[in-house]
Amino acid sequence: MAVVFQKPKSLTDAELHYCPGCTHGIIHRLVAEAIDTLGIEGKTIGVAPVGCAVMAYNYFACDMVEAAHGRAPAVATGIKRSLPENVVFTYQGDGDLASIGMAETVHAATRNENITVIFVNNAIYGMTGGQMAPTSLPGQVTQTSPYGRDVKVAGYPVKICELLAGLDGPAYLERVAVNNVKNVKNAKRAIEKAFRNQIEGKGFSLIEVVSSCPTNWGMTPEKALQWVEEKMIPYYPLGVYKDKTEEVAK
Amino acid sequence: MTTQILIAGFGGQGVLFAGKVLSYKALMEGKELSWLPSYGPEMRGGTANCSVIVSDDPVGSPIVSKPDVLIAMNLPSLDKYEDAVNPGGIILVESTLIERKVKRSDVNVFYVPATRLANEMGAPTLANMVMVGKLIAECDALTHDNLEDALHKVVSAKHADLFEINLKAINTGYNYKA
Amino acid sequence: MAEKVLMKGNEAIAEAAIRAGCRHYFGYPITPQTELAAYMAKRMPKINGVFLQAESEIAAINMVYGVSGTGKRVMTSSSSPGISLKQEGISYIAGSDLPCLIVNVQRGGPGLGGIQPSQSDYFQATKGGGHGDYHLIVLTPDSVQEMADLTALAFDLSDKYRVPAMLLADGTLGQMMEPVALPEEHVNRVEKPWAVTGTEGKRKHNIINSLYLVPEQLEEKNLERYRRYKAIEENEARFESYMMDDAEYCIVAFGIAARVSKNAVVALRKEGIKAGLIRPITIWPFPKKVIAEAAEKVKAFVSVELSMGQMIEDVKLAEDCKKPVVLCNRVGGMIPTPDQVIETVKKIAGGNA
Repeated sequence: MAVVFQKPKSLTDAELHYCPGCTHGIIHRLVAEAIDTLGIEGKTIGVAPVGCAVMAYNYFACDMVEAAHGRAPAVATGIKRSLPENVVFTYQGDGDLASIGMAETVHAATRNENITVIFVNNAIYGMTGGQMAPTSLPGQVTQTSPYGRDVKVAGYPVKICELLAGLDGPAYLERVAVNNVKNVKNAKRAIEKAFRNQIEGKGFSLIEVVSSCPTNWGMTPEKALQWVEEKMIPYYPLGVYKDKTEEVAK
Repeated sequence: MTTQILIAGFGGQGVLFAGKVLSYKALMEGKELSWLPSYGPEMRGGTANCSVIVSDDPVGSPIVSKPDVLIAMNLPSLDKYEDAVNPGGIILVESTLIERKVKRSDVNVFYVPATRLANEMGAPTLANMVMVGKLIAECDALTHDNLEDALHKVVSAKHADLFEINLKAINTGYNYKA
Repeated sequence: MAEKVLMKGNEAIAEAAIRAGCRHYFGYPITPQTELAAYMAKRMPKINGVFLQAESEIAAINMVYGVSGTGKRVMTSSSSPGISLKQEGISYIAGSDLPCLIVNVQRGGPGLGGIQPSQSDYFQATKGGGHGDYHLIVLTPDSVQEMADLTALAFDLSDKYRVPAMLLADGTLGQMMEPVALPEEHVNRVEKPWAVTGTEGKRKHNIINSLYLVPEQLEEKNLERYRRYKAIEENEARFESYMMDDAEYCIVAFGIAARVSKNAVVALRKEGIKAGLIRPITIWPFPKKVIAEAAEKVKAFVSVELSMGQMIEDVKLAEDCKKPVVLCNRVGGMIPTPDQVIETVKKIAGGNA
């Protein structure tokens, strides 16, 4: 009997702990599929963040390192500098990458570290129960912005792709989403490209995945995906923000 | 025998470098030694000093608080350290810049117009080496033998062209008689 | 023996680390340890090694964490305020049972403090520093020669026990030059089957981690780690005894304070006062046994420190209140003079001398 659908080899059999309707599962799968497609599981080392994906080390079948909050790009830098022939990726959320780890993010990018960064932007701190994230939208109600994010008090959301695109360093920056089939397919292509860039020595690639958090947004999974389409994507437009991969190849 | 040397002056007078020359000389003579600079912002224009201890035995504390030999490259240094010198010790005074005389009578004092002598050689920055030469002449801790070997260790290959002038400056100080 | 060369303490650490097989260095500039980073910046590219000036001390220690996870020898260095910043990463490294070398060339504190020598990070180095139950193996050189020798030893011990090691020096030792016979090239290759190097499809994935959400598991992790700490305490405490055979007054001092104290011991002996020195070479594990033995023989202890009295607590614990322990100290970047130590001992000796 022909197998037409199966779990990627690069995921373990461990049961995911994510909430119902959470898109981390999809993004894990896309990362694992990219690793499978490129046949790099045996030489890939992943770095897990602090945040909802803290236990990603149990889910990816490759070697894994758990980093302190925000430090994944620095940890990945160490691993990649030690083992340049291996493939190193980080998997980080918005609090981890865009708040406490902003310095590590910006500097890994400006050094053009040859690593792959998967940035899950769901505009909220999920693991700690729904506090305001650096990417929470203006007016967004969270546990720590109960009257909505007031930009006069809390400032504006951080647009990571736009911000990093101002640097000369990074090779590839793209923002994708996983709220519908079309976007998931596009995200799959982008993530695979980000890994391929590394294999080809092209440098720092970051894929920002606009994602949802039904639990902490207080929505049904379906409503949450709709909110991604109507609120998140207009503020965080999808697309390629920087692509030096062709010029590097020259 | 243990000899504690304190070299003090302005940043930029080559105080630390003078200490290095003495240290390598001691190393080549098979002596124990330590070299300790003052460090920090003082390097850039303030006062700088350098402790060098030369000994037949392992050196204890590398900090020279009671020098046997003081090289005072400027007036503030002489003011600050004159009283600390051990009785019977040596004070070498850079007499182009320091106009006053040493007040103490229980130490051996040598006035060396090192800056003037260096200027006359066409090497105004080598007053420090003139003082090093005079120290070697007057202090029993180190000898003049094989001075070139020690100097080769300190003057890097990059600055090899400056070797002869440094050697000349040391010998000028070594042979200087007031 | 190798020919002696003149080197600064900071440079001797760097060269000794390279000779111990360390090819990865991550740091951030801070006085008074910068020569170490500068030396690495010069040497590493020439020996196919990695020198990287990180964006912060925090990033640097996390880069160390990354390399250590891959099983290679790696180090960072800093001075007191920078070491405070590294504490988060150090706790993670300890909690993940990874080896590495952290060098602290101490300066006066707290806060930004000053840039002159100090030993006031003793508590931080020996009692934890970061969060959680853990220890570092802490070695305290007192000469440029030991800066080199203990660097090599630190890598070996760290690999052997999977416990991060710290070399705790101070501004004086970092800045001073002395003749040093550099250690031979040596790489103590300990098998590291736990390292993340890629599974190559041949084994189950390795995970470098300090997170254990099941309390029973985390407790067992801690207990296992403390069994290793016990072995370290039994086997690795190091010290130097100086004129202790007939000593009536025992000075305890490490690092630069020990050098000052040696001068004081010699001077006191000339005056007929039987002083001696126990110099801890490791302060964790603290050489408790030799202090306890001395407590049976001497009249009193003097703890000489460049702090407000931190090591003195360990001295008191080790000698178990059998004899008086007196503090002789300077702080803020000041260093006790031999005269200060001599006066302290004389005062205790009183008419008994």
